[in-house]
Amino acid sequence: MSIDIDTARKVAHLARIRVPEEHLPELAQELSNILTFMEQLNEVDVEGVEPMTSVTPMRLKRRVDEVTDGGYQDKILKNAPDAREGFFAVPKVVE
Amino acid sequence: MSLNKLTIAEARDALKKGDVTSVELTEACLSEIEGAGALNAFVHKTPEIALEQAKAADTRIKSGDAPAMCGIPLGIKDLFATKGVATQAASNILEGFKPEYESTVTQNLWDAGAVMLGKLSMDEFAMGSSNETACYGPVVNPWKVDERQLTPGGSSGGSAAAVAADLCLAATGTDTGGSIRQPAAFTGIVGIKPTYGRVSRWGVVAFASSLDQAGPMTKSVRDAAIMLGTMCSHDPKDSTSADIPVPDFEAALTGDIRGKKIGIPKEYRLEGMPAEIGKLWDDGIAMLKDAGAEIVDISLPHTKYALPAYYVVAPAEASSNLARYDGVRYGHRAKLAAGEGIVDMYEKTRAEGFGPEVQRRVMIGTYVLSAGFYDAYYNRARKVRALIKRDFEQVFAQGIDAILTPATPSSAFGLGEMADADPVAMYLNDVFTVTVNLAGLPGISVPCGLDSKGLPLGLQLIGRPWEEGDLLNHAHVLEQAAGFAAKPEKWW
Repeated sequence: MSIDIDTARKVAHLARIRVPEEHLPELAQELSNILTFMEQLNEVDVEGVEPMTSVTPMRLKRRVDEVTDGGYQDKILKNAPDAREGFFAVPKVVE
Repeated sequence: MSLNKLTIAEARDALKKGDVTSVELTEACLSEIEGAGALNAFVHKTPEIALEQAKAADTRIKSGDAPAMCGIPLGIKDLFATKGVATQAASNILEGFKPEYESTVTQNLWDAGAVMLGKLSMDEFAMGSSNETACYGPVVNPWKVDERQLTPGGSSGGSAAAVAADLCLAATGTDTGGSIRQPAAFTGIVGIKPTYGRVSRWGVVAFASSLDQAGPMTKSVRDAAIMLGTMCSHDPKDSTSADIPVPDFEAALTGDIRGKKIGIPKEYRLEGMPAEIGKLWDDGIAMLKDAGAEIVDISLPHTKYALPAYYVVAPAEASSNLARYDGVRYGHRAKLAAGEGIVDMYEKTRAEGFGPEVQRRVMIGTYVLSAGFYDAYYNRARKVRALIKRDFEQVFAQGIDAILTPATPSSAFGLGEMADADPVAMYLNDVFTVTVNLAGLPGISVPCGLDSKGLPLGLQLIGRPWEEGDLLNHAHVLEQAAGFAAKPEKWW
């Protein structure tokens, strides 16, 4: 399966990575090469095989649903590029 | 002998006897680090923290209550969150990030009295096999045999170079597809990736969560046993961390492997494999046989499909894990032009912050998870992964105790030599190591010889799940038999 320029543009947007229009042909080619490499997987008979969900057979632990952590807003905001009045600040999201 | 050249075991014994202090050990390492700028291994140095920890360790040793790692100076891969100390996974997108918390692995080490010398370079977000994707520029391998500068391997290349050059006694690494074992082999040191779940992933910057495991990179197998024991713990903050006791790994090093069954997988004898790698492997087989082990030919039929399965699963998980780098909560945020909105902010931030290899993998991951392709790529890869794991389960069910393979398909290559190659060519570096991550098994790289150019080569041993002690014992026997004692000649 090869990736065309429109698909490369769409994937870049889904991944929220800005790719200049002039770089799209090269990107499409690179992604196509990697996908070709992956297509070896089509040779494998996977009939009746369950997709792996956990590499070690373990049951995830459960605990009581209660607050066990928190209360340090200043620490959470410490590394923010733009924090104001106790919030993360971003460009306008809704008109 | 200079104190920085000691192994953990030697330093531990000398500290206990009172022959040296942790401050002396730490100062010796700090001065070596100052003189090793040309290697570009330490990228955030923490001498003040180191000396403070060393003083505390000396007090603790004097009081007679000192665990094995107490007073031992270490380098820490830039992937581990260290409180108040720059942690940026070698990426521009995390420039300036100083975590407000400590990873469980490093906390375990500090609780045992270990000393942090600083943070070590790596491939960006642990994606790479040559350390050339680091935002700090490449790390240089201390091994040098001609005018070329060589890669230390990756992604834990800074850790490997620092240990091989004796800038620290040992270092932490992480391994998603071979990132501890390949650089260990390229620099003539020992590196072990434990069973998935043995070490907590909490506070380790995530690449591919179902594959990532941390482990020690050391000068000897005994050191790996000592340091791994301190890194391991059950951690309620990592739901995949195993709630089982951590045995005394060092006590497992009996040197006796008589009657053990060593599997030799025929699928690892690749077409076009360099003769030197084949010979090293044959020598390793002979050494284990001489030590009284039984050599058994085995088959792992799905080996060929491990790399393509890995390059679906790992980017898929990475695309999801790296979605958090959006310029809102930490790290880099792009400057916006008038009228640009939040989607522009995400897209520009990520384009500026991520390097080319990370961008490529995030986009591949996005593609294989997208509607219409999820079944064809991602689900198929997860099924093939189940088959790869089943291959190993079947040979272990036959009574195989450990599997011996080469660690890498070549010795260290020159920096820049792969620059024009297809990304897939770089991925082939992990051909012998990646199966182990897909199956969640423990694997260790042991330096076993030099190639004709004079560069180190390693062999890999793969163990049964949770049997790191037995695996380390096999590695110990191999290490003793190979007698690898070469060190890089100092040029830096």
